[in-house]
Amino acid sequence: MKQWRFEISSKKGFPDIHGGDVLEDIRQLNISSVEDVVSEKVFLIEADFGQDFAERVGRELLADTVCQDWHLGKSSVPAGPMQASLVEVHLKSGVTDPVAESVKSALADMGAQQVSSVRTGRKYVLLGNVSEDELQTIARRILANDCIEDVIYGMDTDPPSPHTQPYQMEVTEIPICDLSDKQLVELSKKMDMFLNLKEMRTIQEEYKKLDREPTDVELETLAQTWSEHCVHKTLKSSVDMDHDGEKVYFDNLIKETVFKATKDLNKDWCISVFEDNAGVVEFDDEHAVCFKVETHNHPSALDPYGGAATGIGGVIRDPMGTGMGAKPVANTDIFCFARPDMKLEDVPKGVLHPRRIMKGVVAGVRDYGNRMGIPTVNGALYFDDRYLANPLVFCGNVGLIPREKCFKNAQAGNLIVVVGGRTGRDGIHGATFSSGEMTHEHEDIFSHAVQIGNAITEKKMLDTLLQTRDANLYESITDCGAGGLSSAVGEMGEQLGVEVDLEKVPLKYDGLSYTEIWISEAQERMVIAVKPENLDAIMEVFDAEDVEATVIGTFTGDKKLTLRYKGTQVGQLDMGFLHEGICKYDRVAKWETKKLSEPVLEPKDNFNDDLLKILGSYNVASKEWVIRQYDHEVQGGSVIKPLMGTENDGPMDAAVIRPKYDHDKGVALSCGMNPCYGDIDPYWMALAGIDEAVRNLVCVGADPERIAILDNYCWGDCTRPETLGALVRASQACYDGAMAFGTPFISGKDSLNNEFVCDDGTRITIPYTLLISAMGIVGDVNQCVTMDAKQPGNLIFAVGLTKNELGGSHYYKVNNELGANVPKMDIETSVEISHRVAKAIQQGIVRSCHDCSEGGLAVALAEMAFAGGLGIEVDLRGLAVSADCIKADMMLFSESNSRYLVEIQPENFDAFAKLMLNLPFGQIGEVIENKKLLIHDAQQKKVIDADLETLKQAWQKPLAW
Amino acid sequence: MDNVKAIVLRAAGINCDMETEHALQLAGSQVERVHINRVIENPSMLEGCQILVFPGGFSYGDDVAAGKVLANQVVHHLSDILHKFVEDGKLVLGICNGFQVMIKTGIVPGLNGYGKLSLTDQRVTLTDNDCGKFEDRWVYLKPGTDRCVFINPDQQIYLPIAHGEGKIVCDTDQTLETIKKDGYVAFRYVDADGNEGGFPINPNGSQDSIAALTDSTGRAMGLMPHPERFVRWTQHPHWTRLKERQGFADGMTIFTNAVDYVKRNF
Repeated sequence: MKQWRFEISSKKGFPDIHGGDVLEDIRQLNISSVEDVVSEKVFLIEADFGQDFAERVGRELLADTVCQDWHLGKSSVPAGPMQASLVEVHLKSGVTDPVAESVKSALADMGAQQVSSVRTGRKYVLLGNVSEDELQTIARRILANDCIEDVIYGMDTDPPSPHTQPYQMEVTEIPICDLSDKQLVELSKKMDMFLNLKEMRTIQEEYKKLDREPTDVELETLAQTWSEHCVHKTLKSSVDMDHDGEKVYFDNLIKETVFKATKDLNKDWCISVFEDNAGVVEFDDEHAVCFKVETHNHPSALDPYGGAATGIGGVIRDPMGTGMGAKPVANTDIFCFARPDMKLEDVPKGVLHPRRIMKGVVAGVRDYGNRMGIPTVNGALYFDDRYLANPLVFCGNVGLIPREKCFKNAQAGNLIVVVGGRTGRDGIHGATFSSGEMTHEHEDIFSHAVQIGNAITEKKMLDTLLQTRDANLYESITDCGAGGLSSAVGEMGEQLGVEVDLEKVPLKYDGLSYTEIWISEAQERMVIAVKPENLDAIMEVFDAEDVEATVIGTFTGDKKLTLRYKGTQVGQLDMGFLHEGICKYDRVAKWETKKLSEPVLEPKDNFNDDLLKILGSYNVASKEWVIRQYDHEVQGGSVIKPLMGTENDGPMDAAVIRPKYDHDKGVALSCGMNPCYGDIDPYWMALAGIDEAVRNLVCVGADPERIAILDNYCWGDCTRPETLGALVRASQACYDGAMAFGTPFISGKDSLNNEFVCDDGTRITIPYTLLISAMGIVGDVNQCVTMDAKQPGNLIFAVGLTKNELGGSHYYKVNNELGANVPKMDIETSVEISHRVAKAIQQGIVRSCHDCSEGGLAVALAEMAFAGGLGIEVDLRGLAVSADCIKADMMLFSESNSRYLVEIQPENFDAFAKLMLNLPFGQIGEVIENKKLLIHDAQQKKVIDADLETLKQAWQKPLAW
Repeated sequence: MDNVKAIVLRAAGINCDMETEHALQLAGSQVERVHINRVIENPSMLEGCQILVFPGGFSYGDDVAAGKVLANQVVHHLSDILHKFVEDGKLVLGICNGFQVMIKTGIVPGLNGYGKLSLTDQRVTLTDNDCGKFEDRWVYLKPGTDRCVFINPDQQIYLPIAHGEGKIVCDTDQTLETIKKDGYVAFRYVDADGNEGGFPINPNGSQDSIAALTDSTGRAMGLMPHPERFVRWTQHPHWTRLKERQGFADGMTIFTNAVDYVKRNF
């Protein structure tokens, strides 16, 4: 067969957008020798068609002839006075190439019969006197990612062959029964199992009992199933805690904190919690909603684009695999990065620059989420240099599910069917790899753990699964996530037992061993249980929309996991040992209250500069650059969008969607996270996170009686007692906060060991990071409220007590201080405030409502003002303050919890005041025509006096890329 | 006729089919969402409907170029039946990805004759936004013709866009002149006061601020903005600020006009 090569370039006179982007990125690297970049697309097609047909392919399919040229064969280096360097980037063999799949199907539509392979690549011509070194730097830092791509320099080399060798079956036994402790640890390391000695010994004991040695696939299955990623052994361990010298003991940390709150609250609207792939709560009489948030940190560090894309792709499959399958209706995304303007030389070896990570992560979530047709409605960005080597990528998904479809029911005799994408060598060892810490060598060793997604495969699968669900054609469903088939089939068959014939699993290419098939984390796959009598009917639905589905085994009832390859048994494990055999851990934790002090800052009369600095700090600044790249309105349910206000650029507190076209009930989504407070005390950090998430929902009109929350811990190495101590503190707060607000945890996930060892031995540990995601129900979306100031003459109230709590605040941060007075909480009052504010909104007397959080009162007022295009004048004498909150900067910038800013029409003064009776609140000002923020302190000095335009510009500038 | 029937065409990666179905139902049409494989198996099913909609999404992932692979499939399998559909005086609407499909099959602007599908003589296309990335934002749209049955020629409307490849370009200045002069421009991007301008008023850098194109009959239209995303007042980005709340939604004009046209003419 002949290989045809097509090159597609922009026509003269039409912009080369991608080339322009690359040039800009090169400039960011401070390389000035490159004067221009030309980018081209390359297609390599192995097929039996001739020259005429090939020309048709170029003209009719691959090029848009209005604005693009196409060229058959390899074009020569452009002539001209400038030196030209050629770089070509191709996906490594075995990496998913979605475009190639689409081209194949388009060629079939054109009538091409025999097409053996399609590959795509990118070609760059760099014009200018570029040195070899510079070329290598550009290729490595901008053009290609070593993990998944090969780089070819110059004209003479061809991309590697796409064809792989077939697999020669060989059952491999791994002797462990006679190994010493030292050898057990070595074996775990050699096989990338990330199991410790205690776990290895447990396995050794089991096989001694069985009187045989394990096969490779058995050990791999155990390693996947027992990985931190899959079983969360740290949070389930018993903990001996020394808290300032006092002993506290937990028999099972998570059961006695996070889970306990849910159990003790015992809300009748919780349908399924901590059991399924997502937590499920009631929505209305017909439907329930489920919510899950996952992290995809380690893969995103290595390949930001692919890691983030598969992060969102993976979490979408969680609601799809919850109960009998939910329809995804909203995405959320929260990212933590180092400052994007960090100097290149400060980035350690093996780590990508934070700007590149951020751009890649945003693009990955954008391309996958948008293609799935799921609106990305809520999110947050948090910057701290300790996230340099361990960026955090939290992806969440909400699904809508019929009430009668909330539970699974697989039975013995059901067939195991794998649906969706094919299995390849991608993502091998993802679960175990993400459970360990990273080093500068990870880039090379774990490149195979990176996965590439194909959103359209997942969308097709979703379309057909919802049809087959509604036709009752399957009995159970789950997603293939971490651990691949080994986890999905292993979990589904836990109560029954399964037999799997691994050679039946459809593969992307030849050459995979049975173990690779079993543990591959190739994306876009779901596993369902089908009654034999329904098989033909269900296959018909999949076939009708070109979705691949294959029977790979049976649910047996013998409570064993049996794996075969071409008829030979290659592994058998007892389900009991696999799921319950993991040893329990006893851990030691320690917490010492930090001895910190409050700084003394220069006294001043005016705080305009501080306010501008806070508004312009990365954490507070507008995230519009990110938000607009996400489709937040697809599905047509948008009620409160991420950006609203007169110019559609004000930051909303929470998102609201109306998931059913014929009902006015809504789902509200928000989050709360404050790693800065964790540097003082993770207990108060976690409580502040819960309070903030709840507050954000209340601000838009959600019912505080119907809020469910999720926990996502990202922590460092918890074998250090201090690190675990911090986790215990946060967990205790989770219990206290959930109990007080009546907000059960319905799902959660943790990602530990977010640490990085640089080549010089320096260790970078992320700050304690707890993300609280909240989902509320809005009874009638027509009653929702936004935060933008609405009308001159309206009154502004502050509800909640402002205290001397600048510790961990953004005000201290811009002044390079940490402080000691972290925001605490009078829990009872906080809960009462949230209920009363919600009541005022339900009564329809609130014109706008804004959460007072990062940056304090001054920032919240500024945001309300510029979002509404109206000024606000404030007299701080009206502010409810604690006795020690006496200075203007405390009142302006303290981040005390449980505070709301509320705009009321003058005629509703009495009604509002009556509702707030006995709470700390006060009228602090009014909305004015003049586009200024004016704040007078207790002595009537103007402590803030700024134009809205100036404030807004400061807030928009940092991330206006 | 009273029984207006519409087909919303699905394909791999299409994702705005449900809200488009909903909008058409609100406008009074019966609607069926049909996968393109079914239409290829049985093209005559188009005979029973009067409105065909290519909805938004990312057909085949927008691989190669937005809408291209689906356009290729439509031309190779459905050219004849679609030609007849337009000949019969029926309506074709393409939204976002659907517009990209329509422009790449030649249905709009149809400079070589209306309803003639082809992959070889495309003269106008939709390509990468000037800003180089996907953008979701609201835009004002001013009608550019009085021939198109989907639009009210005097009504400026406000709708969201959400796309990465929405920039209209013509192969030559002459082509651009023709589509301007001969009434092919259905909508232009403008500001609140009706004036054209640069980014973000024109969000993608389209030539002549073009947001939507029709054909010589006015019965086919493709537009980048999403009318199906503004069929209810709480979808307006300022709804919490507006005094007059209930009862308006600019996106509905497109669907209502289409359904009313069928009622009057069939």
